Amino acid sequence: MTPSPVIAEINNVSKRFVIRHDRSLKERLVNRRGSKKHKQDFWALRDVSTTLELGTSLGLVGHNGSGKSTLLKIIGGILQPSGGEVLRRGRLAALLELGAGFHPDLSGRDNVYLNASILGLSRKETDRYFDEIVAFSGIEEFIDTQVKFYSSGMYVRLAFSVAVHVDPDLLLVDEVLAVGDEPFQRKCLEKIADFQKEGRSIVLVSHSAAQVQSLCNRVIVLDHGSLLHDGDTVEGLAVLRAGFEASRQAGAGTSRREQSLESAVSILGVKTTLESENFETGIPDLTIELEVQVNDPKSRWGAGFTLISSGGLTVYEFNTFGMAITMPRTAGTHVVTAVIPGLNLGEGTYSVDVGLGLVDGSPIAAGRDTSSFAVGRDNHGAGVVRFQPRVTARSAER
Amino acid sequence: MTTQDASERGERIAREPLQLVGSKPGFFGGTFSSLSEIWGRRELLGLLTRRELTARYKDSSLGIAWSLFRPLAQLLVYYFAIGVVLGAARTVPDFAIFVFVGLTTWSLFSEIINSTTSSIVDNAGIVRKIQLPREVFPLSSVGSALFSFTVQLSILIVATVVFGVPPITPALALAPLAFVLIVVFATAVGLLLAALNVYYRDIKHIVEVLLILLFWGSPIVYSFTYVHDQIGGTWIESLYLANPITIAVLGMQKALWISGSTATGDLEQYFPENLIALLLIAIAASLVLLWLSQRIFSRLQRNFAQEL
Repeated sequence: MTPSPVIAEINNVSKRFVIRHDRSLKERLVNRRGSKKHKQDFWALRDVSTTLELGTSLGLVGHNGSGKSTLLKIIGGILQPSGGEVLRRGRLAALLELGAGFHPDLSGRDNVYLNASILGLSRKETDRYFDEIVAFSGIEEFIDTQVKFYSSGMYVRLAFSVAVHVDPDLLLVDEVLAVGDEPFQRKCLEKIADFQKEGRSIVLVSHSAAQVQSLCNRVIVLDHGSLLHDGDTVEGLAVLRAGFEASRQAGAGTSRREQSLESAVSILGVKTTLESENFETGIPDLTIELEVQVNDPKSRWGAGFTLISSGGLTVYEFNTFGMAITMPRTAGTHVVTAVIPGLNLGEGTYSVDVGLGLVDGSPIAAGRDTSSFAVGRDNHGAGVVRFQPRVTARSAER
Repeated sequence: MTTQDASERGERIAREPLQLVGSKPGFFGGTFSSLSEIWGRRELLGLLTRRELTARYKDSSLGIAWSLFRPLAQLLVYYFAIGVVLGAARTVPDFAIFVFVGLTTWSLFSEIINSTTSSIVDNAGIVRKIQLPREVFPLSSVGSALFSFTVQLSILIVATVVFGVPPITPALALAPLAFVLIVVFATAVGLLLAALNVYYRDIKHIVEVLLILLFWGSPIVYSFTYVHDQIGGTWIESLYLANPITIAVLGMQKALWISGSTATGDLEQYFPENLIALLLIAIAASLVLLWLSQRIFSRLQRNFAQEL
């Protein structure tokens, strides 16, 4: 097979927003001289370059305000970059907001035609897809009702349904997939998977790491407008996770130090290690090492551990009270080691939240910390968990 | 099957040239690409116009009929207040028709200006989320204004027949010229105002005030004969006649208000002699203005999404 052609090329794209504090004509006329004061520059993107091949599903991730949506809008041609250029070919559909352009006073039918036309479908094409669109949305009975009487779920379903029938080569999606009820969500994800099979490109902005991980084969991590990572999904999500942690610790660091002396028990540090890094042959053991300082010898404290996937799912949690383990009560520093043998988790990044609490169930404020680790790829399978399947084959003839 | 689709898609994409997104054509060079882009979305233009019209009268039991009542009410007010009470009808033949011709022409202009000015801001939801040639919004406003005009014009024609003065004279040829002038001029100004209104929201209010002033700046409810009698031959009259709206209103009156041209004695009306030339010059100037304002629009529209 020949290599996929490039569908979009992003060259040194920068975007500067000027934040003005004077909006009205009067204010601008009055402040024309000293307007420097009333302007503020904000770089949403700085020198971002990448190429997108046909068939790629690209996830754009990053903190709030990291420039993901701005980049998406620039690719979509809605915003003009301040510097650099975007080259693109093929048909584009942007799902930046579902139902943009729906008019509440028009019927569902009229809105389908209008919205399809806004997205670039001709009337003939809409006629051809119309039944399919309505069937996909599942609101046949209400198609001639005015849209303002729709429930928000119906509204969004109809909008999504129109958008996915536009037959784009490049689909831009901005956090709109979390809509509708569960069956409809599944339908949406199936539709996206079909899109991928049909060789279309998708650029997806999402805060859900799980969604990015399951849908995308490439990830771009943006941080304050610059490109932090461009490539493998799992690595990208690990970079993102590390970034989150750095900013969290930067925010929490100083205050915790001070508290550590007053608090009965406090955490000095958490370290996680995965033994046996060879994911192909074995299932590794996870060791969590927790350094604790006990100030008040009387307190009956314990530790709780929560294993969280990058998608925010609690994989497993346990605590020392439940296991009836007594913790040392003498003042001074102690090390608590928890080992999870045979951590058969699938590829991805995980974090361990550690919390200290008293026996009556009340948490200790200073006793919280997080550490994260990544589980690598195994060659024979993929999924949420990891198994070591044995497959044999023999002749069925006697 | 699907792999077949995928490779076909790949081949098709590989043949297409890469194009600059949101291209930055020069001030002069982009005209053609803008035009072809708008032409490519003409279906959408029709749908948007229809949306505006259906949405306006949806759920009102009289529906489209409402678009008749406003001009008729205006006609009544001006006919009685200015025609009968102030006595203008004594010197202007068929005063009702005279006023209605002026009002119809004027309302085409003012409706285009009013609705185009707010068109981009009103459609902020689409402008911010979907890439489109943004000219379609002002243009669809023009479309819906044309519809109201058609309705009013048909009433006007019926009225002239009822009054026994159907406009079947060679002067009728002036009507399409005046119509084209109003549409081109109003679209040019409207496009510019629509773009500026995104940046300065005061524009909408300024426009409302200016429209009131402009209304009295053209011979709509008073006849041009008064103006000519007062300031005929001076430079002020030339200035007065440099107003494209005035030229268009005069053109319409000459074409559709027959008694204005046939009346004699006290009722005799004055029209500028070179009306056709004036109309043609004004149309040419408006076309240039339309081109200029489209170019400015396409410059300004780059930052619409972030300004809205």
